[in-house]
Amino acid sequence: MEQLHWARHRCGQLLAADVSRGWYSSPGDPLPAKGSLEPHPGARGSAQRSLEHSGPGGSGSPQRFGAKRRTVVARHGPYQAEYRSISKGCQGNSIRTTKYNLLSFIPMNLFQQFHRAANLYFLFLVLLNWVPVVEAFQKEITMIPLAVVLAVIAIKDALEDYRRFLFDKKVNNNVVCVYSGEQKCYVAQRWQDVRVGDFVRLSCNEIIPADMLLLYSSDPHGVCYIETANLDGETNLKQRQVVADLPQGTEVTPESFHSHIECENPNDDLSRFKGYMEHPNKVRVGLHMNNLLLRSCTVRNTETVVGMVVYAGHETKAMKNNSGPRYKRSQLERRLNMDVLWCVVLLFLMCFVAAVGHGLWLRQWKDPIFLVGDEPPPALAGFYVFWTMIIVLQVLIPISLYVSIEIVKLGQIYFIQNDVDLYNEPLDTRIQCRALNITEDLGQVQYLFSDKTGTLTENKMVFRRCTIYGVEYPHLDNARRLEVYEAEESEAQGRSPTLRSGCSVKSLSCRSLSCNRSSVSLHTLTNEEEADDEHGHQPPPRTSAFCSRMAKEVVPDPLLVRKLNCLSSPPLLALSGGSSPWVAPPTSVAPPTSVAPPSLELTYIVDFFMALAICNSVVVSSPSQPRHVVQVPEAKTPLRSLEDIKLMFLSHFSSLSTTMSSAAAAPPQDNESPHSFTRRLFTWGKAASFSPATPPPIAAGRGERPDPTGTEPGELEASILGSKSSALQEERNDGDGEEDDEEEGWPTEDDAPGERVDVVSGDGSSASGADASADDQLLYEAESPDEAALVHAARAYRCTLRARSAERLLVDLPGMGCLAVQLLHILPFDSCRKRMSVVVRHPLTGQVVVYTKGADSVIMELAEAPTQGREQAAEAYAHIRDQTQRHLDSYAREGLRTLCIAKKVMEEEDYELWLKRHVFAETSIENREELLLESAQNLETNLTLLGATGIVDRLQEEVPETIEALQKAGVKVWVLTGDKQETAVNIACACKLLQANDQLLTANCGSKDACAALLQDLIVEVERGRVKSLTAAREEGAEPGGGRTPTMPTLAGGAAGFTLVMDGRTLGWALQEDLKEAFLELSGRCKAVICCRSTPLQKSQVVRLVRDHLKVMTLAIGDGANDVSMIQVADVGIGISGQEGMQAVMSSDFAISRFKHLRKLLLVHGHWCYARLANMILYFFYKNVMYVNLLFWYQFFCGFSGSVMINAWVLILFNLLFTSVPPLIYGVLDRDVSAQTLMTLPQLYGAGNTHKVYVPSTFWLTILDAFYQSLVCFFVPYCAYAGSDVGVLAFGSPINTSALFIILLHQVIESRTLTWIHASVLLGSGGLYFAFVVVFSVSCVSCSPPTNPLGVETLQLTQPLFYLVCVLTTVIALLPRVVFRAVLNSVCPSSVTRAFLRERAEPAAYARRMQRWNQAHSRAHRARGGPPRTTGPLQSPP
Amino acid sequence: MPSKSNYIMKEEEDSNHLDALGHGGAAGGKSNKPDNTPFKQQRLPAFQPTLTAGTVFPAFFVMGLIFVPIGIVLLVISNNIREVQIDYTGVDRASPCYDCAHNVNGTGTTPCTCSIPFTLGQPFESDVFMYYGLSNFHQNHRRYVTSRDDRQLNGDRSALMIPSKECEPYRLRGGLPIAPCGAIANSLFNDVLELYYIDSGGTRHLVPLAKKGIAWSTDKHVKFRNPGGRNLTAAFQGTAEPLNWRKPVFELDPADADNNGFINEDLIVWMRTAALPTFRKLYRIVQRTSNNATPTLPSGNYILDVAYNYPVLRFGGRKRVILSTTSSIGSKNPFLGIAYITVGSLCLVLGMVLLVIHQKYGNRKGSSYFLS
Repeated sequence: MEQLHWARHRCGQLLAADVSRGWYSSPGDPLPAKGSLEPHPGARGSAQRSLEHSGPGGSGSPQRFGAKRRTVVARHGPYQAEYRSISKGCQGNSIRTTKYNLLSFIPMNLFQQFHRAANLYFLFLVLLNWVPVVEAFQKEITMIPLAVVLAVIAIKDALEDYRRFLFDKKVNNNVVCVYSGEQKCYVAQRWQDVRVGDFVRLSCNEIIPADMLLLYSSDPHGVCYIETANLDGETNLKQRQVVADLPQGTEVTPESFHSHIECENPNDDLSRFKGYMEHPNKVRVGLHMNNLLLRSCTVRNTETVVGMVVYAGHETKAMKNNSGPRYKRSQLERRLNMDVLWCVVLLFLMCFVAAVGHGLWLRQWKDPIFLVGDEPPPALAGFYVFWTMIIVLQVLIPISLYVSIEIVKLGQIYFIQNDVDLYNEPLDTRIQCRALNITEDLGQVQYLFSDKTGTLTENKMVFRRCTIYGVEYPHLDNARRLEVYEAEESEAQGRSPTLRSGCSVKSLSCRSLSCNRSSVSLHTLTNEEEADDEHGHQPPPRTSAFCSRMAKEVVPDPLLVRKLNCLSSPPLLALSGGSSPWVAPPTSVAPPTSVAPPSLELTYIVDFFMALAICNSVVVSSPSQPRHVVQVPEAKTPLRSLEDIKLMFLSHFSSLSTTMSSAAAAPPQDNESPHSFTRRLFTWGKAASFSPATPPPIAAGRGERPDPTGTEPGELEASILGSKSSALQEERNDGDGEEDDEEEGWPTEDDAPGERVDVVSGDGSSASGADASADDQLLYEAESPDEAALVHAARAYRCTLRARSAERLLVDLPGMGCLAVQLLHILPFDSCRKRMSVVVRHPLTGQVVVYTKGADSVIMELAEAPTQGREQAAEAYAHIRDQTQRHLDSYAREGLRTLCIAKKVMEEEDYELWLKRHVFAETSIENREELLLESAQNLETNLTLLGATGIVDRLQEEVPETIEALQKAGVKVWVLTGDKQETAVNIACACKLLQANDQLLTANCGSKDACAALLQDLIVEVERGRVKSLTAAREEGAEPGGGRTPTMPTLAGGAAGFTLVMDGRTLGWALQEDLKEAFLELSGRCKAVICCRSTPLQKSQVVRLVRDHLKVMTLAIGDGANDVSMIQVADVGIGISGQEGMQAVMSSDFAISRFKHLRKLLLVHGHWCYARLANMILYFFYKNVMYVNLLFWYQFFCGFSGSVMINAWVLILFNLLFTSVPPLIYGVLDRDVSAQTLMTLPQLYGAGNTHKVYVPSTFWLTILDAFYQSLVCFFVPYCAYAGSDVGVLAFGSPINTSALFIILLHQVIESRTLTWIHASVLLGSGGLYFAFVVVFSVSCVSCSPPTNPLGVETLQLTQPLFYLVCVLTTVIALLPRVVFRAVLNSVCPSSVTRAFLRERAEPAAYARRMQRWNQAHSRAHRARGGPPRTTGPLQSPP
Repeated sequence: MPSKSNYIMKEEEDSNHLDALGHGGAAGGKSNKPDNTPFKQQRLPAFQPTLTAGTVFPAFFVMGLIFVPIGIVLLVISNNIREVQIDYTGVDRASPCYDCAHNVNGTGTTPCTCSIPFTLGQPFESDVFMYYGLSNFHQNHRRYVTSRDDRQLNGDRSALMIPSKECEPYRLRGGLPIAPCGAIANSLFNDVLELYYIDSGGTRHLVPLAKKGIAWSTDKHVKFRNPGGRNLTAAFQGTAEPLNWRKPVFELDPADADNNGFINEDLIVWMRTAALPTFRKLYRIVQRTSNNATPTLPSGNYILDVAYNYPVLRFGGRKRVILSTTSSIGSKNPFLGIAYITVGSLCLVLGMVLLVIHQKYGNRKGSSYFLS
């Protein structure tokens, strides 16, 4: 199964990589050998052959491989000629992200703008107007709308482009140290002058200017840390490695750099880089992502690095990855396009009527005096008129609507972003709106798909309990502590920023800090440096380490402590009598008889914590590591005692059976007596316990270590403490370091694993106080919160990870002091394997040990009974497995996240075998990922289960309230999680997704057929239950809130609902084509659905299925990379900027920081945005139809000739100027119900779903009203002026004025709020109109030739008839709507209106009620231990 | 079009955002927290005009009470306007103008006159306007309306000699530019109307008609101007009169030298195209008598003498002469009065209905719909 999966994966990869891989040989070809050991002639030869084979033939030329690859040599290096030919093909490092320059702006911008259909429509009209026979207006007038739209957008584009230009300039002028060929040293150069092949030297916290190959790092291990926050937002440090086999210790210079680099052509894959470096002696070294420093990342924790630029400027991966903003089309917009099409139909209809009318009209005349000369035959004239009318009635197509909608959405987003309730005080983050055009979709969400971890929960993992060797350690104190912390946590969070700033030390510079840097001080430092460093975009320190106080301070389980103490404090036992070595130490509070773990269990326990401490990718840093030299204590005794322990570990498997069968007091199965063992432990322990007081002895015995360089203690420290201490040491032992590293072979397997060191300041045998104070200084930067939690948990048991380098780990073990563990490999976590492993050489036994940590399902499968050993042992092991499984189940029920820990001891031969293949995989340039995966899977077999951990992840605040409110609002909430079923159900209960009287339907099927049958059964069951509950609800007679549809009662009315729980496998079947329908039917009848154990792909499939088949609005919310696909598929994707990097945020439409913000975002902003936009769109349609129809009616009186009675300028500007702003204000500021009401009555949200504002019926009603109003607006003046001496423009004047009044007042009727902004805009629009027409009619003497308005308005405004007509017209036109609204609102008001009326009718009572609700709310909070809310939307009464 | 640069832009914004985060605590005041202002938090004090029967019915009553009196006043005013219309198209055989109507060829080279007697039952007080009315005449036809050159009419010399293209096909006549060009000017109404009062003795008294003051003053003084020079003949040298005209534009009013050229008021009135196909245009003003004792037009018999030049029959048009007294609301039209009264009454009725609705449903909002 796994193999199959892997093969499929591999195939996919091959296909995907086909193009980029082209320059390599066929996939089966041997790969260039890794040159670290010695040249590999065979491999090189074949690679060479293949390269030549694939090249076009011009051997010797660097371009011989065509466009598929790139060759780089040092710029100021030995190959000057070659460099020149190469560098021609490569871009410089200056970037230009602007779209235009001064010259190209106008043509380019116009060209781009005419890609929009709307602009093309305008252009078409303009061109149409140039055809003489259909010309309707003056040519320039028809151009105005187009010109205005183009100008507005051009100005916007120009401003944006200018900002980009400034930004580019800033970036390009950054200064970086680049090797200069003339001066033979590094000089400061601007970024834009950096070229491919340049050598660049960077210091700590500098931003990387281009994609560079790491050639040198001041770190003795050739490691460099970078932070990729600018790229992907992830703030944890990533390790980069100097290209293998390059000399370390001395900086490379271009002169001495004789190698060629061959790599891929620039591409946008951030996670892949392939190539090799060819030395003059034809040795090839594979280059990987691990060697590449990416542009715009930041160098961290490394003093100096030197890199050679391979990609510069726009060819860097960061720049290649620039993708445009997200564009999603909202559902409303899709509806809108439909109606725009209807408008087109209407337009054509009207034009057709005019055309036919004109033809008929023309036929009745025989050369009348008013016909201008040569009229074409009626049919042709009709055809011309058709096009003329299209120009005249162009406004009917609300093209300006699109521009207006964009503006309105910008306004809405402005308000969403400025909502103080969506602001997260501790993190100082607001909501981020990343997609600008789907605000109104927030108001129509029907299905919500939520991730669990980090979305509903805090993703602050805290170690809660564990099981080892089949024994459960409940950690009761820990549980109590967690409860207490719940209250304190929030306060601590609030304080944290100041704490952080408090501990920053300004005077320390990056260099002087050297090894004593901590991540915390680093961040504060860099923050302060930002003033001069414009690119120091520092991430908030919050995500740097997952070490909240809560996670750090784990209260150990007393039983486990006692067991561990058996290892660490036997001296006390020995002192107290020594009769039994396994008597609990007197310091323990527990009765002395309680525990005496057998040695096997002890090994399990030690291994378990060892695994917790080292099986991770945690980076350790410490703010003030004391510069004490590591002391190797008196060599003999402790080492011998360690040997005992080693033996104990070695005997692990063989002794399994005996230990299991023997009594608890059985001595360890080694060849010495328990007494001597303890005695040795004691002596060692004494030595250790004395050491804290004594000053550190500088020179230390080397023991059996053959290492000659070990004489220098500082150097030793450097080698052990790894990268952290590198900088200081580097200064002292410059040149020694790398030589040392090469020679410093770790003892072979027969050698005593002697690298035992003790940190003097820290680790007393049982002095936990001192221990804690020293440990507190350690800071762990983990990639995931789980890891951090586990490391901290291990530390609570004094199994402390002290330092980490690429090859070594420094671990404190209780009773054994500080051990250096040789790290052989890390097989990192991936979602496919669901586990990670480290391969180490065990410090005590010297064996190669694999520690694996992973999801329980995977590990339990892999951790089968050990093949060797006796039957009894297998039985005992099976027992442990069963016990552990039971504990796992109970953890899951408790809602804990479970992880299993396993180990495997490898035979040397096996390891060698595996190593060979692994090295091959690692160094292969091609298919590296697949081979590594395969290699990892080969290693992680036959594991021995050590135990499991349960990690608690607390619910975020106000999650239950939010979910409850959303459900009341008619939103179906689905939880899609990768967690176990029990955990998921537990969390669902905790967040009130599942309520007490809900029925749980579980679907776990083993086969597809079973799944099909089960789905049918469940549907029947739900139907039965629903009928019951419906009748019950009816009898209750409780009127449900928001909706009146029959589906609403079960949702809103609190009656028992059904919740479907499905596991990943069943989900997989349910998602298949033939079961889709049944699944949807079933889930449609359930109140909530919980899918557990689901993969990211399944998550997105579920969302897609629901979205496409139910035609509903879906919202997906998540925080991790595994939610990205789901977020992208859903109509609205929301990312939570939490603990797990920024990937979810990067792909989301809106990014919030807490789940609770969803409530206001949807219930208030969603509702408002939808209502506002829908009303605005309707209003826009109304406005256009109403106005345009005035012109249409006039056609009946001018022989359908396309004549207009309104001055063309006024006509065009009417839409553009006089009535354009009020709808915008309406769309941005209208507020149908107050935020308070919307928050308290989630039912109102349903109005977006059930009583939609913008649906076909309302659209046609609006159109109908527009027709009526335009009829009134035309025919009342017509009747008033019929038969009089009124001129064309004088007739249009009252019509136009009334139309303006009607349109503006119509908006007043429709809008629910009128603020001073509305008032001023409305008055301003009216005022502007009058000002314009008056000025126009006074000053326009011979402008606007055919319809010269001179004197018209001035005359009209002096006539009482004008005013009488306007008043009458306006009143008649608006009368029906007013009456309709009034009657509707009185007789059967909508839920929104009712809520609004209540709110307005009794403001005092309402405020009181709100206050009561608030108090109850905050009481509930306090009861749950949450903080009392200080700034809530409901706190401030209106 | 999404450009690759947007990423960087966004990145910049985001990182600015993050910068602020980093500084948040230390810098103080540079917090990212949105301002808690009524505007930004959308809590601006607002008037909330929700229409319900309760809020609307008083407005309806008020409106009704205002509209009905206005309507009555308007109706009275309209009824007080004296107006008489005399159709002289000559469709009927009995009509004195029948012959003229069928002989006229439009150019008016052979003047045909006819006289139409009529009687005023009531005296016309104050100023009396004399209109000519045309029906079925589409002066608002798109191509007709645009067939003019405002710059030429404004006295622009270059436009005089080179008229606008809009005037086609009435732009040039035999190579000479037409002044005034275009279809509107070409179709100038050219009937000559004279009004005689027949006193009790049967004697005809010519009713004095004022030619001036019939055009808008803005038109007369701003919009229409003659090309430079006192001597109009010289000014219009090199231009031709429109096809249908018998005499050039500078000889339109032989009686008054100041009423010639483009500022001839008959021309100006005609050039202001009518909005609707049935229209009237002011022709003359019957000047009120010097003493107020006698009405401007006493009741009695009159004769209208028509020099019948303007052909309307071929497109089914009609010609009328209208004599009308004036009022502040223009000519006689009972529509507005009736409409106001109707709407006012309707408002009152609706007010009643809404009042009933309010009584029935209005206090329902006291009951609780949601919160209990």
